[in-house]
This record gives sequence, C-alpha cells and structure tokens, in this order.
Amino acid sequence: MDLILETFRYIASSAFDVLPIAVFLFVFQMYVIGRRFPNVRQIAIGFVFVIVGLGLFLEGLELSLFPLGRLMAQQLTDPEFLEATRLTVMGELGWQDFYWVYLFAAAIGFSTTMAEPALMAVSIKANTVSGGAVGVWGLRAAVAIGVGVGVSLGCYRIIAGLPLEYFIGAGYAVVILQTTMAPKLIVPLAYDSGGVTTSTVTVPLITALGLGLAEAVPGRSPLLDGFGLVAFASLFPIISVLAYGQLAVLRHRADQPAAEIAVEQEEQDHAL
Amino acid sequence: MKSSSFALAKDALSSLRDLLPIIIVIGVFQVFVVKQPVSGFASLILGGLLVVFGLAFFIYGLKMALFPIGEALAHALAKKGSIFWLFAFAFVLGFGTTIAEPALLAVAAEASEVAVDAGVIAATEEARSNYALGLRLVVALSVGVALLIGVFRIVSSWSLPVMIIGGYILVILATTIAPAEIVGVAYDSGGVTTSTVTVPLVTALGVGLASSLKGRNPMLDGFGLIAFASLTPILFVLLYGIVLAWT
Repeated sequence: MDLILETFRYIASSAFDVLPIAVFLFVFQMYVIGRRFPNVRQIAIGFVFVIVGLGLFLEGLELSLFPLGRLMAQQLTDPEFLEATRLTVMGELGWQDFYWVYLFAAAIGFSTTMAEPALMAVSIKANTVSGGAVGVWGLRAAVAIGVGVGVSLGCYRIIAGLPLEYFIGAGYAVVILQTTMAPKLIVPLAYDSGGVTTSTVTVPLITALGLGLAEAVPGRSPLLDGFGLVAFASLFPIISVLAYGQLAVLRHRADQPAAEIAVEQEEQDHAL
Repeated sequence: MKSSSFALAKDALSSLRDLLPIIIVIGVFQVFVVKQPVSGFASLILGGLLVVFGLAFFIYGLKMALFPIGEALAHALAKKGSIFWLFAFAFVLGFGTTIAEPALLAVAAEASEVAVDAGVIAATEEARSNYALGLRLVVALSVGVALLIGVFRIVSSWSLPVMIIGGYILVILATTIAPAEIVGVAYDSGGVTTSTVTVPLVTALGVGLASSLKGRNPMLDGFGLIAFASLTPILFVLLYGIVLAWT
C-alpha cells in the first residue's frame, strides 16, 4: 500500500516538472504558430509515458541504486577497509592505497552513464542525423569511458590534494588541440556530451563518492572538494568523444565519404 | 496497437541491457571486494524493475512526444521566418525549464548556507531565501541566454569551437577575480541545468532548426545548444558573486 502511494507521489512530482514545459509548448504552438499540433492524441499519450516513466525511474533509483551506491562509496572509503587492503607497508595511507576507490569510480562512472536517459536521447538523435555514421552504442560507450576516466582521475585529485584548476586547464588545452584535428562533424556533438552526462543518474552517485572520500582523507573539506567530480565528469567526455571521432576517421577512411553523402542526402530531403 | 506494444517491449528489453553494466559492477564489488551482506534484497529487486520499466516508458514517450514536438516547433518557427519569435521561444524555453528545476532548488539552498558560513550575507531567513532566489534567477536567466546565443549561432553559422572556447576563457578570467566561496557553486550550477526533459527537447529543437534552414548541416549546426547551456551558468554565477562582493 505504501509502495503504491509512494509511486503516485513520484509520478505526481515528475508531472509537476514536465507539465509547465508541456503547457508552454502547447500555448506557444496555439498562439504564435497559430496551428494545433498534428496528432495531438499521440503527443498527449507520449507525454503521459514520459511522466509515468520518469516517476517510476526515479522511484526505482531511490529504492535500489542510490542506497547501494552510497553504501558502497561509504564502505570503500571506510578507514578499516582501507587499512585492510593497503599496498604501502606502514605509516600514513598513500594515494595508491585507494586503488579500489579508483576502480569503483571508473566502473560506476562508466555504468551509470550508459544508463543515462538524456544521453540516450542525444545518441538516438545523433544516429538519425548522421545517417548511421555515429553509432548509438559507440557514442554512449565513448561518453561513458570519458566519465569513468574523469571520475577516477577526480578521485585521485581529491586524495592527492592537487588543485582543480591544473586538471581542468590541462583538460581544456587537450580539447582545443583535439578540436583542430578531429573531424568537424563530431565537434558540436562532443561539446554537447559534456553537459548531457551530468544528469539524473550519475550526479547523485558520484557526489556521494566525492563526499565519502573528502571525509575519509585527512585534511580534505567536503565542501571544497565535493564539487570537483562533476567538473571532471563533464570535461572528459568531450575529450573521449573527440577521440572517438578521430578513431572513426582512422579506421573507416573508406567509409567516410559515404557518411557525408548520407548527411547531404538528408539535408536535401529536408530542403525539398 | 499491436505494433506499439511490441515497440514498448523492445524498449523494455533494451533498457534492461542498458542497466546491465550497473548490476554487474555493483554485484562484482559487493561479492568480491566489500563482502558485506546487503539488507533489503526485495526492495532492491523491486527498485531495479521500476528503473527498467520507467526507463522504457520514458524512451517510448520521448520518441512519441518530445522529439516530434521539438522538431515540429523548429520547422514551424523557421517557416514563419520571424527571428523575434524564434529567439523569444529559445529564451523562454531555457528560462522556464530551469527556474523550476528541482536540482537547482537543492543547489541554491545549499549555496545560501555556504554564503552564510562565509559571512557574505546575514544569517537571517530572509537574507538566505533572497540569496537562493537571486541565484536561481541568475542561473535560469543564463540558460535562457545560452539557448538564445545557441539559436543565433545556428542561424548565423558562427564557429562553435571559437565561441565555446572563448566562453571558457572568460570563465577562467572571472574565476580569478571572483570570491572563492562562489566558485564551487558556480561550477556546480553548470551541471544541474540540463535536465532529462530539457535535453531531448533542446536537441530536437537544434537539429530541427538546422535541417529546416537552407545551407545548414544538422550534424554540424544542430548540436551545440547543450554546450552553451552548461557554459553560461558558470559565467553568470561567477559574475553574480563578483557583483555581490563589490556592492
């Protein structure tokens, strides 16, 4: 019974998030465009699916993934656990003693990004627009690898206590360098993937990890060091997606003209 | 009807596949590394099922409503040929979806606590809620401006890398003169603005617009709106901090 009530609560709150947008879109369509939407029924049903789906998804996360993720972040940064699995023989814990944290950070960053709904939306679109040249799975895997590496490196930064600006500055220098060399078509998509990753699933989990770490490591402040992980998680996907584009060019040099023709073809279709 | 329930089942299957990596990661770590019993197994399974079906419903509804709407509006606006309404639409969409964003509410409330601790504002309820509201308005304004600039870029075909990298250089400059306690909040607010509903809509808008304008490549010009929406909040919040410290 509680569960059903709870489910309604989640669906109601997602309706509150979605409805203002829906109302704005309908009003704009009616009064500015001055025409009703084609197949209103289908769109209304689609909105119901979006609202119910988002509600169930968030409730499911609260029930399973979030408590589990927070618990594991806590357990992996527990002084007792760190003491038991350390690599260095004695004295204070060195940065390398946190190897399970790095592994977990990379694995959880990768896997939660694969499940990020906003990223799926962008990948589906990119796949259609590029005429299949950008694979749905390829793009998502590229972004997920970027987030995994980013979060892992971000954990290292918290533990080692290095300034955030060095990493972010160096990261953007790499982005600038890659932008000049990567195929032009991938660049806007790569820049977008930075913002897309920090959404519903990934942020709460990596924030929990960052806070746990900042509390476990002596001399770190949760307030000052907790936010760095999100910045890492938005920067590294840009690098990995640009790299994905560069790799694709290297591997399919012969296919590249075909992909460009597909894009041009679609452009012409729209123009007609 | 039959084909739609088939499509839904297909979405459910693929969302199960999408969640598989998480299940494997948590399972492996739990069994081999942490080795501690997990309580509430039933609610974990139930939660997992809810996530799978929720995701499937969301993706199904996305293809049915959000994508077609975003594109239909972009096409209609491009056909209407009114730059004013195009910009107005982009701005209101960005501002409206951000001001009500739950993640932003949380960050703004937290930031006001930090500001009290740092002694930037007085430790009263009124000062705190004023600060939080000011922050929300600034972030919402910045996302509205971001979509406006992004749409302008699609129309004008300016270079995205130059604009984005220029933007980050401004961010770095602003960081050096901004008060230290606003920097964390500013970088955080760049991440919270792009929600699960906004991203598909904005992507469909950009791609739809780029494909209905002559001489634009949807791949080259259609993407990039999200990039602006993650950049401008950082800059605006930094400037907000600078202005507050200055007055």
